[in-house]
Amino acid sequence: MSAIYALFTSPDAAQRAVRLLHAAGIGDDRITVVTGEPFEEHDFARRDRATWMWYIAAAGGFAGLAFAAWLARLTELAWPLPTGNMPIVAWWPNLIIMFELTMLGGILATVVTLLVTAKLPSKRAGIYDPAVMDGNILIGIENPPDVATVERALSGGDITRL
Amino acid sequence: MSEPTARTISDDLLRPLLRTSWRFYLLVAFLGGIVLTGLCTWIYQMWMGFGMTGINNPIFWAFYITNFVFWIGISHAGTLISAILRLVNAGWRRPVTRCAEVITVFALMIGAMFPIIHLGRPWLFFWLVPYPNQRMIWPNFRSPLVWDFFAINTYLTGSVLFLLLPMIPDFALVRDRTIGLRSRIYGALALGWKGTPKQWHRLESAMSIMAIAIIPVAVSVHTVVSFDFSMAPVPMWHSTMFGPYFVAGAIFSGIAALIIAMAALRKFLHLEAYLHPVHFQNLGKLLLMMSLLWAYFVFAERLTIWYGNDTAEVAVLNVTQQGSFAPLYWTMVVCNFVLPLFILSQKRLRTIAGCVIAACGVCVGMWLERFLIVVPSLGHKFLPYAWGHYRPRPVELVITISTFAAMTLLYTLFSKFVPIISIWELKVGGHDVHETPLARSEHAVGELRP
Repeated sequence: MSAIYALFTSPDAAQRAVRLLHAAGIGDDRITVVTGEPFEEHDFARRDRATWMWYIAAAGGFAGLAFAAWLARLTELAWPLPTGNMPIVAWWPNLIIMFELTMLGGILATVVTLLVTAKLPSKRAGIYDPAVMDGNILIGIENPPDVATVERALSGGDITRL
Repeated sequence: MSEPTARTISDDLLRPLLRTSWRFYLLVAFLGGIVLTGLCTWIYQMWMGFGMTGINNPIFWAFYITNFVFWIGISHAGTLISAILRLVNAGWRRPVTRCAEVITVFALMIGAMFPIIHLGRPWLFFWLVPYPNQRMIWPNFRSPLVWDFFAINTYLTGSVLFLLLPMIPDFALVRDRTIGLRSRIYGALALGWKGTPKQWHRLESAMSIMAIAIIPVAVSVHTVVSFDFSMAPVPMWHSTMFGPYFVAGAIFSGIAALIIAMAALRKFLHLEAYLHPVHFQNLGKLLLMMSLLWAYFVFAERLTIWYGNDTAEVAVLNVTQQGSFAPLYWTMVVCNFVLPLFILSQKRLRTIAGCVIAACGVCVGMWLERFLIVVPSLGHKFLPYAWGHYRPRPVELVITISTFAAMTLLYTLFSKFVPIISIWELKVGGHDVHETPLARSEHAVGELRP
């Protein structure tokens, strides 16, 4: 794999470089952006926002709810303990179990979705430079089609390394 | 005062991880010694039997259950407060959240141990776990103790994940700043984190969802703990207000614990540039608000019982306010209400030292509150001939003291191996405005600037 990347000290310079790459006909899918912190206020960091995570979390919650209802009912019927004049399948106390497992299902589904969609854990493949952790912003292209054009786009101001 | 750069923030907050002084080892040895003593005492109690404690008919719940309720309450410091501050996007939360979330995890772990210690035969604790077994012994889902199992484990799981997820980018930072074995360990913990926009968006979405989910779970946990008491027909326990009363008390003691932890971190890890006086002032105002709320609940509870004039309940009321428990009761009132009100309502006293003094008072007061909920009611149930007394024995005292040492030890070790302030979140805090921290004042609560 060949790659070209630049480390920018300011997000504005990184944004300019991304715009120049776009102008050179290179799409977002080919541009690698790596930062040490999220830059929500800049366009280069706003891509890939769409996610099903909220729906998956809700589905996980429903799964937890269904499991809790099944577990509580099954347990109470399997070993019927008359307690305090309550019915054997007592839904008031079961609601507590159902609530807790609903939330647990939602939380676990969220974490699993995060790990899957963010590709964690993974070996760090692709372009990376530890300098991003000091506040630099990495903009790069893997297997650039036209090296000179990409170099021109990336060699703007506020650059620490190309 | 200039804004710290990304590199300065990393350097400052990684310093405790990369340099170790002899004081750290001394502190760990001291605290470890106390924890070890507590463990030996617990083994001694198991060996000799539960008769080594002061627990006896009719007072079957005492120090251990007091500690259980107290530590579960302390656990509300972190995840709940952090989740609320995240959801309202409070700018001043950034240096506070991780300090708080860590308290939750460790306090829950310590709190959850006490029912096991209290079992007397702790090796049978798994009987609470709902799983099919060959003896056909199933837990009773109508028992509040089983609700505890589910509530505490859900909150513990959620809190651990809520703490761990934002630590991944910081682990990546440590991975890139270190070499050798340390770099490999932190590299494994970082899970191959790079910092692409997609990873950041997913992390922030996950944190938002978990913040929403964890708030009702936190409220439910202490409500369920209160159900351990209020589901029983015992004087002054069988009350509909116990749920919110316990939750308010838990948040109250949690904030107090957070203030103490932050002050210690600021002092010993030299984090003055990140934990500003305004953070303590804000938390001090929250503590004052919770003190007033706590006093409101106590008043509402006491007035209702006094006015109702039920013989059994008034007996408990009197023994706490005028009888043998009165010194503890009035100490609790001073610590939980008078002291915070006096210190925190005055701006000139709402300093870091003032907040810490008030917070220490609240921790003492809230422990006493838990004790006064548990013991006097059990000692003064409906029939006077069955009344009894309780006096803690040395094993209970040693185990109680050792859990405070365990909390401090775990917190010390955590702050040694993990950045105690979320570095990437702190850096994000510098993006939105270009004012100095002094001018910004980190969004002081309740003080609008023109």
